[in-house]
Amino acid sequence: MSDKKNANGWSRRDIMKAAGAFTAAGAMPMFFTRGAWASKTFVNDPGNSKTVKLGFNVPQTGAYADEGADELRAFKLAVKHLNGEGDGGMMQTMKPMSLKGNGILGKKVEYVTGDTQTKSDAARASAKRMIEKDGVIMFSGGSSSGVAIAQQSLAQDMGVVFMCGLTHSNDTTGKDKRRYGFRHFFNAKMSGLALGPVLKKEMGTDRRAYHLTADYTWGWTQEESIKETTEGLGWKTVKTVRTPLGAGDFSQYITPVLNSGADVLILNHYGKDMINSLTQAVQFGLRDKVVNGKQFEIIVPLYSRLMAQGAGKNIKGILGTTNWNWALKDEGSQAFVKSFGNEYGFPPSQAAHTCYVQTMLYANACEMAGTFYPPEVIKQLEGFNFDGMGNGPTEYRAADHQCFKDVLVMRGNEHPTSQFDLLEIVQQVPRAQVEYPADIFGGELGPYEKS
Amino acid sequence: MDAILLQILNGLDKGGAYALIALGLTLVFGTLGVVNFAHGALFMLGAFCSVTFQKLLTISKQVKDTSITFFDAYKEMPYLEIWFGDFGKTIIDYSVPLSVLFAIPVMLLIGLAMERGLIRHFYKRTHAEQILVTFGLAIVLQEIVKLSFGANPIPTPAPEIFSGTAAIGSLFGLGESVVYPWWRLIYLGFSLSVIAAVFAFLNLTTFGMVVRAGMMDRETVGLLGINVEKRFTIVFGLAAIVTGLAGVMYSPILPPDYHMGMDFLVLSFVVVVVGGMGSLGGAVAAGFLLGILQSFASMNEIKSIIPGIDQIIIYLVAVFIILVRPRGLFGREGVMED
Repeated sequence: MSDKKNANGWSRRDIMKAAGAFTAAGAMPMFFTRGAWASKTFVNDPGNSKTVKLGFNVPQTGAYADEGADELRAFKLAVKHLNGEGDGGMMQTMKPMSLKGNGILGKKVEYVTGDTQTKSDAARASAKRMIEKDGVIMFSGGSSSGVAIAQQSLAQDMGVVFMCGLTHSNDTTGKDKRRYGFRHFFNAKMSGLALGPVLKKEMGTDRRAYHLTADYTWGWTQEESIKETTEGLGWKTVKTVRTPLGAGDFSQYITPVLNSGADVLILNHYGKDMINSLTQAVQFGLRDKVVNGKQFEIIVPLYSRLMAQGAGKNIKGILGTTNWNWALKDEGSQAFVKSFGNEYGFPPSQAAHTCYVQTMLYANACEMAGTFYPPEVIKQLEGFNFDGMGNGPTEYRAADHQCFKDVLVMRGNEHPTSQFDLLEIVQQVPRAQVEYPADIFGGELGPYEKS
Repeated sequence: MDAILLQILNGLDKGGAYALIALGLTLVFGTLGVVNFAHGALFMLGAFCSVTFQKLLTISKQVKDTSITFFDAYKEMPYLEIWFGDFGKTIIDYSVPLSVLFAIPVMLLIGLAMERGLIRHFYKRTHAEQILVTFGLAIVLQEIVKLSFGANPIPTPAPEIFSGTAAIGSLFGLGESVVYPWWRLIYLGFSLSVIAAVFAFLNLTTFGMVVRAGMMDRETVGLLGINVEKRFTIVFGLAAIVTGLAGVMYSPILPPDYHMGMDFLVLSFVVVVVGGMGSLGGAVAAGFLLGILQSFASMNEIKSIIPGIDQIIIYLVAVFIILVRPRGLFGREGVMED
């Protein structure tokens, strides 16, 4: 086949080559320019705006309002640090770190707040308002697994990343995991894995456990995980009883424990429920009992400082786990405690810590991706290995969006030295001990692109 | 058998709180004809009288923890302990029972202020308006408490001597292993005493006689030249005291938080409806009855037959009573029957 030239001297092959070269040249920025994905349209793209907005959806009313207030303090501090104000907090210790202290991708960070009321429908409505009316590029916060699961499902539907606040149910990064949802906080499975060896050492392998469990997603998964751990140690499970959320008086659930033959009571309760059930269990003399020749013990698998404050002296000597504690001595934790303490006059809670870290991680992922385009930001977070944020070297596992790091086994402090010294660290359990296969809880992350 | 005994005690104990709250509620309805949705808030305010009194007694010298420099960490040493040693310690230990004395005048003042300042302006309004305004008042009171004390429950322990358990099993030939908390037994005795005192006041005093007459026929009592309104205001104050005391003594059982009143309000309305609106005896009987039913419905043996029955039992009873006997167990004919 001859390559005929026309009157202008252009052959068909020349035209094809030119077209190919033109296309390649046109696409060049896509290959070599970071952030070229920004040309794709996405929800609440800040475009040429000088600012970018984040949404902080926390319980401002209801039983977890104090925890929500602490989360909000941490978010505000994170924004301050991102914008280059204050002492920088964990921006001085985080490794690797792409943030420059000039906002995110050069855009000053602003924020709006919402009230989840610790109710799934209210949290979704508040988050929807932030996305649709306030134009947030990411939202975060919360103190309940039911609420977190509802919000990350909304995040997937709307194509806006949700960085979970305090949520401990296995379902959040298990059967209900979502591509647009990320959890830095630990979970019930990790609590069980961390507690196991300590329980074996302190209580032995011949125990009979009775569970009182809050009747919702978090309670069910915690009961399952702790039961799996204790039965693995050789303990027998006498009974598992579901209690209504917010029962108030737990006496009718505690009295059957007295003569059940159990020598350990495991309270799968959080917040007000935990404060009430523990207070009442102690009043019923459970801790003074000797059953099966052994001292009766109570375990609270998930602790928080606010719960310890509410339970008062009843917490003393009782074992549990936390995601983080202000008394940790690593460089990152100390930088955060110093920054938070100077700003507000008291130490941060674990809820505040996780919310601060989540904001930093999201911002850092945007810097690494060079864009706010969610699928690219998500890819940067998936499998991200970092350090200097408390709890040692940490990985955001790509397969389920669960962070893996050291877990703390805590005990109610018998001799507190101050009003904040309510829990003492028994052991910083290494990350390797709390890791588990990603597929054990099922679930699908879903697509990167908004469906 | 021991399980049954313990659940009866649980029911009586819970029923004592329900009965006291419902007694106040039905007193107000019977005299003033007002459906007071702020009544639960009075229970909560009573519990916070206990918190406030405890805080007053434990005003402390702060000894700074110098190992911490980023924020103020300190150990507290109550002045009462510094000044009076063990005696000061004992006073602090007994803060809950002592706060009963503190709560009586405080709750009376709150009750009078509530009635004179707001509720009396709504006597002639519809029940819907009364409900709206009293519910609004409850929310305002809740938010004030939250602002002052935070949302987290505050521990208010019972005196050390009552923090253990009583071997009640031996009284019933069930052995010493059947135990029940001392403070809950005290609460039961306290609620029965308060109920008896209210009944004695209404039945054995001239004031009480006038109030009861006013509850039956307000107009006729007024025609006799008696200022019924003034007496009913005092009854409102009395109802506030009764409900507040229920809250004070319940604080070691349920660490007080700003929302606790709402949790009890709904149950108290059910108690009043079951007992009969305006019937004092009905409120007391229904309080104990529903407390016991709720406890039995929570037994594992019952729940294994009907799962979730513990959460709906008292509402099922209320529905049944409304269908079969709308005026309630002890209600007057005509009341709530249209």
